[in-house]
Amino acid sequence: MKPRFAMLAGSAVTLVGLLAGCGGGSVGSSQNNAGNPASSTKGVTIRVVLANHPWTDGIKKLLPDFESKTGIHVNLESYGETQLTQKLTTEFTSGNSDIDVFAQRPLQEARLFVQNGWYQDLNGYVKDQQKTPTDWQYNDFFPSALQTENVNGTLTGIPIVVEHEVLYYRKDLFAKANLQPPKTIDELVTDAQKLTDKSHGIYGFVARGDRQASVTQFSSFLYSYGGDWFDQQTKKATLNTPEAIQAFETYGKLLKDYGPPGTLNMSWPQAAAVFAQGKAAMWTDADSVFQNVTDPSKSQVAQNVGIAKFPAGPKGSIPYSVTSWGLSIPKTAPHKDAAWQFIVWATSPDTVKKLQTGSSPVPGARASLWNDEDMKSFPSDWVAAAKASADGRPYDRPLVVQVGQARDIIGTVIDTGIQGGDVTAAASSANQQFQQLLDTEKK
Amino acid sequence: MGAGHPRNRLRGMGFVDRHAKWLFPLPAMVFIFVMMIFPLIYTLYNSFTGWSLSSGAPRTWNHFANYARLVHDDRFLLSIVRMFYFTVAAVAVELIIGTAVAVFLNRSFRGKNIIQALLLLPMMATPVAVAMVWMLMFEPTAGIVNYLLSIVGLPQPGWLGEARWALPTLILLDVWEWSPMITLMALAGLTNLSSETLEAAAVDGATPWQTFWRITLPLLRPTLTVAVLLRVIDALKWFDTIYATTGGGPGYATETLNIYTYQQAFSYFNFGYVSSILVVFFAIVLGISLLLSVIRGRVEA
Repeated sequence: MKPRFAMLAGSAVTLVGLLAGCGGGSVGSSQNNAGNPASSTKGVTIRVVLANHPWTDGIKKLLPDFESKTGIHVNLESYGETQLTQKLTTEFTSGNSDIDVFAQRPLQEARLFVQNGWYQDLNGYVKDQQKTPTDWQYNDFFPSALQTENVNGTLTGIPIVVEHEVLYYRKDLFAKANLQPPKTIDELVTDAQKLTDKSHGIYGFVARGDRQASVTQFSSFLYSYGGDWFDQQTKKATLNTPEAIQAFETYGKLLKDYGPPGTLNMSWPQAAAVFAQGKAAMWTDADSVFQNVTDPSKSQVAQNVGIAKFPAGPKGSIPYSVTSWGLSIPKTAPHKDAAWQFIVWATSPDTVKKLQTGSSPVPGARASLWNDEDMKSFPSDWVAAAKASADGRPYDRPLVVQVGQARDIIGTVIDTGIQGGDVTAAASSANQQFQQLLDTEKK
Repeated sequence: MGAGHPRNRLRGMGFVDRHAKWLFPLPAMVFIFVMMIFPLIYTLYNSFTGWSLSSGAPRTWNHFANYARLVHDDRFLLSIVRMFYFTVAAVAVELIIGTAVAVFLNRSFRGKNIIQALLLLPMMATPVAVAMVWMLMFEPTAGIVNYLLSIVGLPQPGWLGEARWALPTLILLDVWEWSPMITLMALAGLTNLSSETLEAAAVDGATPWQTFWRITLPLLRPTLTVAVLLRVIDALKWFDTIYATTGGGPGYATETLNIYTYQQAFSYFNFGYVSSILVVFFAIVLGISLLLSVIRGRVEA
């Protein structure tokens, strides 16, 4: 009996401790409100909800710096990206969330969240010199990255990770075939044909084919052919324009004729695995996942991976250049000032520099840190390709509220192309559905 | 129950005694109401509203608009077809294989216990882990299944990555995972059969084949009906393995009603519309369960 009692007593003490901890935090914040902003947040505990991402791993290691500097305690949670969206929508819908900071995918969620009034507009914080030190340098963020975060005048978040679509290729296979990495999409197609050697299990090209996941990586093909999802002025869907159909057909042909079997179920992890196992000569995807193919512990071809700017179509090379992740404050956050202090610290030049030069470097959104010295942890051809893509399109999927539906509609055309079906018919039916979707959002 | 109690009891106990048949099950009833009936009623209520996070409009009463939309929703109708295709095919194969293995195992031989223990393994494994292993095995380029097929010189399908093979592959996976359950239930049923009837049949000169069709199977029918009932309900609601392997793809080839529901809820955020789908889904599962129960009653009578 005795040990059990001891255990009970122990847990009771812990419980009391926890209660005391919480109480202390809130009392501290309300009492000191009159003083300067830095001391008013001392002792506050904020709840930060992030995604499973190398950026999160990096920031976790740096957290003690922030906690000792500000006296703010951080309770950090992290989830897979789909689970994160689910978690956030469920909590915000219920109306009594106590999240102070969350990581968001601005292109996927921001319009939906703005629609529901879930954001604290950060414009006020950025301009307030009481709350934001001048050496934080708001203007240092890439304009395209900030544009992604800006939804109808609301600054929904501060960018933490930027992303561009690039071309990964196998240097050894290109050298053996006496080829140069493709500069245009036409060259990409002929090179893919030449490098496909199915009897040896080598495929010329691999990319995402999954209905939802493929849309973003298809976008650079669409833009470079001169197409777009819809006309932003007239709100007319443009999925069945000749340019779009050409892009759908090319992407489909590449995966159907020169891609491995099973691309229809591939998102980036599957496509990266095919490339890392040495089964594909080229792969187009986000530059942010490069370590999956250049890290020798993950990739059998790490030594032979080359990275180049996305090849040009008839309208030139137009890859997407977007903020894939940002940090936001919900309208319901109980400790907004402390939350903002956390964001300022996590996106400060100093912290971003540390994250960029760490062992698993994450490309940040600050232009001043994209010099050779601060990018030394990245492969040099990666830096060149990413820099050359910085002025690309600031979106990789249509800018609508109903992103999920839109991706399904567009992905169906992509999948039709991969299966060798009638792309023109699929595109015009998709265009009709997409127009209906746009019409519901017009009001 | 409450009648004839001695009068010298504590006064307060009288109430408890008189209402025991309500009071004792009360906690369980409250639990069932809060956890099961309330969500059901709430879903029913939502199914009559136009509640969507993407509309920006407040939740409004829209009567039967959601249900009217269902009738014209091809994805919804096709997902029902797929759900039934999967359920019927998988449970039929499982029933045949499961019963055959049970009949085969229903004798004493060395290592029987080990084999019975091994039969439990597929059911004990986590569905998502099973899904991962199958994805690796059936990977079209690097998987072992296609490697073995290539050695023998047989054609190598794209399995989960090819639209027309994806659902049959998932049926195969389900058969592997759940046939053992039918086997175990059938084995339990077989052990309970009286040996006298079987002996009498043997004396009368019945062949093993005749014995199986005329005696064993009819006697086993009540057990198998329960097994089928359980499997059908489970197969209709099947979600985890599909979600972990194909997520409903390629295209929409493996999008069953459950997966479509998930998409509408957590990818499209149409909470009103998804509630109407859930109500229909619930009605289907309930209807089939009742139907099977009636059949079961007939079989046992």
